[in-house]
Amino acid sequence: MTRYILLRVLLALSVALGATFLIFLVVFALPGDPIQALTGGQHVMSASVEAALRERYHLDDSLPLQYLKYMGGLLQGDLGEDFTGRPVSAIIAESWPTTAKLGLTAFALEIVVGIPLGLWAGLRKGRPVDYAVLGGTILAFAVPIFVIGYTAQILFGINLGWFPVAGTEEGWPTSYILPAVVLGILGLATTARLMRTSLVETLSADFIRTAIAKGMPRRRVIVNHAMRNSLIPVVTYLAIDLGGLLGGAVIIEGIFNIPGLGFQIFEGIKQQNGPVVVGISTLLVLIFLAANLVVDVIYGVLDPRIRYE
Amino acid sequence: MSDPTVTMASERTPEPGPTAGAGPGRPSRRSVSPARQMLLDLVTRPRFAVPGTLVLLLAVIAVFPGPIAGFFGNGDPLACDLNRSGLPAGEGHPFGFDIQGCDLYAQVIYGARPSITIAVIVTVTSTLVAMALGLVAGYYGGVIDTILGRGIDLFYGFPFMLAAIVILTALGSHGIWAVSGTMAAFCWPTMTRVMRASVLATRKLDYVKAARALGASDLRIMVRHILPNAFAPVLVLASLTVGGIIAGEASLTYLGVGLRAPSISWGVQLNTAQSYFNSNPNLLIYPSLFLCVTVLSFVLVGDAVRDILDPKSR
Repeated sequence: MTRYILLRVLLALSVALGATFLIFLVVFALPGDPIQALTGGQHVMSASVEAALRERYHLDDSLPLQYLKYMGGLLQGDLGEDFTGRPVSAIIAESWPTTAKLGLTAFALEIVVGIPLGLWAGLRKGRPVDYAVLGGTILAFAVPIFVIGYTAQILFGINLGWFPVAGTEEGWPTSYILPAVVLGILGLATTARLMRTSLVETLSADFIRTAIAKGMPRRRVIVNHAMRNSLIPVVTYLAIDLGGLLGGAVIIEGIFNIPGLGFQIFEGIKQQNGPVVVGISTLLVLIFLAANLVVDVIYGVLDPRIRYE
Repeated sequence: MSDPTVTMASERTPEPGPTAGAGPGRPSRRSVSPARQMLLDLVTRPRFAVPGTLVLLLAVIAVFPGPIAGFFGNGDPLACDLNRSGLPAGEGHPFGFDIQGCDLYAQVIYGARPSITIAVIVTVTSTLVAMALGLVAGYYGGVIDTILGRGIDLFYGFPFMLAAIVILTALGSHGIWAVSGTMAAFCWPTMTRVMRASVLATRKLDYVKAARALGASDLRIMVRHILPNAFAPVLVLASLTVGGIIAGEASLTYLGVGLRAPSISWGVQLNTAQSYFNSNPNLLIYPSLFLCVTVLSFVLVGDAVRDILDPKSR
């Protein structure tokens, strides 16, 4: 087991290295000159100021050297500062709670609504409830998230006036419910479907038949035998999804004007603010990889066969 | 995962037709080749037929937008008149006009083409790449497999939307090819994994060993023996992906990093419409409606294809 975990950690580290380098490469290739962009391309900056700024952000170094310097800073917990002089870590510290609130609300929704829906459909396979849940999930897959987003805004924000249309002024939960529902709807549908399929599969397993044949009460068969076994793929999915949700949602945060990580990164791209984009992307990739690592380890614990692959 | 299910699928009992004369002996059905039987199964089930017809219709719209856009007599999406900006529906203009004073119906009809073109390019290229790479990695294993596996892990490390936004901004180009290329870059890894797993399962089968014993070359074994029996899961995944690609393209365009204004596309229309949705909800409703119906049709077709090719997954 130790060997398995060690292997997974090494793997995740190598992917993290490669991924951060790729991010660096792409952001490096962003068009335009960030220093010129500071003054709106007006050429009002004196040559010495410009040179000093380039020096400060290592812009004269080659790409690999820039990357090495950046990683060196990262290892010491320094994410650098953006082109207006604000430390990237401050930007992250400021927007992270917002994203976490939004993501966790959506996540709670996926669990509280998604799992029971899937169980309900799975236990009533082939009945109207099952078809309703299946149809609903297909609809959730099919309607693009931004369409769901502005439809919800118009319907519940403007026409019905139940929730604020955008922004976070009213704080949690009022301002977060609508975007969280929209953000969580895809994961909710996936959770429900996975739960249903997995339960249906488990219910047709031999050990369930044995349990029923032994005369075990139906409730115990379902709760202790079927549900426990069918939760494995659902838990796996949820763990991966949590990584994605905590990574911020560019589209949702944009539509609902929520100043979280996704919002900051999108602004950073638009304003050619390389350090912000690199900093937040790196953080997101690390969160994402950490979530995957946790899933891998859980999997190894749950299913010993995987360890010896 | 699932092994190739060509034989399994063909052994499925055909659903009783409306004539219901389904006695045990129906020799004409038995003699049909497995592939054709599968196609027959597919086409005759309503869960495929309805969205399938819609997809076909959308394909026709994408290839010949002119005549369909001109159905109400005003088929030119670029015949715009600012005097008519945002006017409601009227004679010959069933959806009204957009902010630039162009006929909204013609705009929406012409909008089908880029969405479907991108979906086709992305699906076809990533499926082909996945088949080739998955075949090679699964068949040879070893170093090639390891390198490819780590490369795929690398792509898995990125949240898709974020990466696509950064890449498209960096490319600075907003044409169909840039958008397709970016999306394909994130589609092939999943497909390649599935293909590789499927090849691994097929590689150990007896007829492959037999072919090798008879002296068949690696290439021949891969192309003639493994490929036909291993590609079904990738095909299923590909058919399920199409809808997602259309939605993804619209989302990227909506955010302003995908296609841009001179192109006519649903994403562009929706991007423009979001500033006016209070005064002109039509601008939002019609493109959204077409977009959702398109994605839904492709998703349902994908679902039906999966049911046929991979009956176990239901």
